[in-house]
Amino acid sequence: MMVRKEAIIKNKTGLHARPAARFVQLTKKYQSELKIICDDREVNAKSIMGVLSIGAVKGKKIILVADGKDEKEAVAEMVQFIEDELSAIDQDNLAKE
Amino acid sequence: MRGIAASPGIAIGKIFIINEEKLEISQDKIAEERVIAELDILQGAIEKTKQEIKSLKEQTGKRLGPEQAEIFAAHLMFLEDPEFIASIKSEIKKNKLRAEAAVARVADRFIQLLATVEDEYLLARQADIRDVGQRIIRIISGVGWKSLDFNDKMVIVAKELTPSDTARLNPEQVLALVTAEGSRTSHAVIIARSLGIPAVVGVGRELLAEVSNGSEVIVDGIDGLVLIEPSEERKAQYHSKIKSLAEEQQRVNSYQDKKAVTRDGEEIKVVGNIGNLTELEHILARGGEGIGLFRTEFLYLNREQPPSEEEQFSVYKLTAEKLKGKPLIIRTLDIGGDKELSFLNLPAEENPFLGYRAIRLCLERTDLFKVQLRAILKASFYGNIKVMYPMISSLEELRAANRVLENCRQELSAAGINYNPGLEIGVMIEIPAAVVIADLLAKEVDFFSIGTNDLIQYTLAVDRTNERVADLYTPYHPSVLRLIRQTIDAGHQAGIWVGMCGEAAGDELLLPFLLGSQLDEFSMSAVSILRIKELLARWTRKEAAVLAERVMELSSTDEVRAYLAKSLR
Repeated sequence: MMVRKEAIIKNKTGLHARPAARFVQLTKKYQSELKIICDDREVNAKSIMGVLSIGAVKGKKIILVADGKDEKEAVAEMVQFIEDELSAIDQDNLAKE
Repeated sequence: MRGIAASPGIAIGKIFIINEEKLEISQDKIAEERVIAELDILQGAIEKTKQEIKSLKEQTGKRLGPEQAEIFAAHLMFLEDPEFIASIKSEIKKNKLRAEAAVARVADRFIQLLATVEDEYLLARQADIRDVGQRIIRIISGVGWKSLDFNDKMVIVAKELTPSDTARLNPEQVLALVTAEGSRTSHAVIIARSLGIPAVVGVGRELLAEVSNGSEVIVDGIDGLVLIEPSEERKAQYHSKIKSLAEEQQRVNSYQDKKAVTRDGEEIKVVGNIGNLTELEHILARGGEGIGLFRTEFLYLNREQPPSEEEQFSVYKLTAEKLKGKPLIIRTLDIGGDKELSFLNLPAEENPFLGYRAIRLCLERTDLFKVQLRAILKASFYGNIKVMYPMISSLEELRAANRVLENCRQELSAAGINYNPGLEIGVMIEIPAAVVIADLLAKEVDFFSIGTNDLIQYTLAVDRTNERVADLYTPYHPSVLRLIRQTIDAGHQAGIWVGMCGEAAGDELLLPFLLGSQLDEFSMSAVSILRIKELLARWTRKEAAVLAERVMELSSTDEVRAYLAKSLR
């Protein structure tokens, strides 16, 4: 089986810079194979260089894919990160300004 | 030569060049039976690299602080990147490359991958990948780092300083840094700034062609200049510049405990802008006479629920108490538009600066607004608190906000809770419409505070965060000066006081104009306070008024700036 889910990048920074690092931190703990698809490019969601290189900026639609034992949990957490935590990171940056 | 002034200060000394070393990497193919041995070598080298970076991270963190060590956390992430490692292994297995050649090839490939998007952040990461790759290759091929030991203090010159290079330098031996490449956000620059070492970066490729080890150089980190083999005359000139910089610093510091007074002894209210309690300490340490702008947004950020009345009350009360009777002007929530709060769930807007924000949002979300106003009212019993509404553009908005405040007062009275019934109410003047109707607003408030940052943006129609038009953003535009004057005059005519809490209040050039225009209160960030106090002591209101009249007659930004620069005492 394989789990796929769409998400839209809503925050200003996108899945980029510091957010990308945080994202990779959370994907590492899953055993399943995790992928992000953006504009027909597919990268390993556990690879910081991969995630940085897809250019997932604000407004982009991405597809999160997991295949393996913990695929359901992995996709759920990735989606939750994209939809909720990314905007919290924006505010974090704002607070620093 | 000229570059980017990246870290202020001036140094004169001898050059030490850190050359980029080209590592010899053999591209010879290996035999099939060597593959396992090469993979082992790779694995060992990666582990060792991790150890090295971890210890660098720890040392840097201990010596300079966690922010300065952050870069090495990024390096570790690259080393743990499964794609990076898998690609290197596959080069060894499939293409029969030696481990070091495989690392070099894959590092290059990933650098190329990140180079497809033009972005300052990714540019810096490319340098990181190069740095990490080099470190692994050095370990595999047993090529150590060239020693960076030198006895005297030297000016370090390099094409680019990687985090690894920077970590190997002993800051006590570094007079200044000069690099051909790099930006203000390079790791080496961040370190230099935190240590107070002058730095000029981005000088250009010709830098390395023109310098040699041991030659003398002047590095001017204020103007971004690099002067190689300067004349005795030049050196003398710079030696005296260094001396006067040190003296100026000392002089400015001496204003810490002095009151802000004009030359003829008039006391001027110089107060601070803060966005949290740490900044309050900085204001007090410099002798600020109160807080002219307390931004309350920090209380609301990064959380799932808005702060409770109790929480806000305790923050406002504590702040007021720390000020020991000095005024504290609390600005109500200025959020929305481009500053999002997760619990508000606001949709993105096409034009956030002209959108649903600040008082507009608060008047609709009175649930949020009331919690804040009640907290402010309750805290007002314990100190010299005033309240200020942001983004007011009409009388209706002011009256609506006051109705909510009145409602809170009645609730508190009914519950027998103490508050200051005479709480002063002010508005921020930051929308041109508010200036135009300032006479009408002035009749219904106790004070004005001119918020120049937004006022300039709205008057000149310039988004100052947009680099393409940022140079059009200026407080010296005659329209801005007229609006400031109009606001002060309207306030005084109605018998209320007028302050300023935008960055212009701490602007050295503008100071005599504002003083002469009879501004009552100057509210600025902590860094500007001492310098402004020093400048105030050189003027009297009368002299400044003459200057202000003259400035009002000028017709262009350039004329204004030139005239103010000439008048700087």
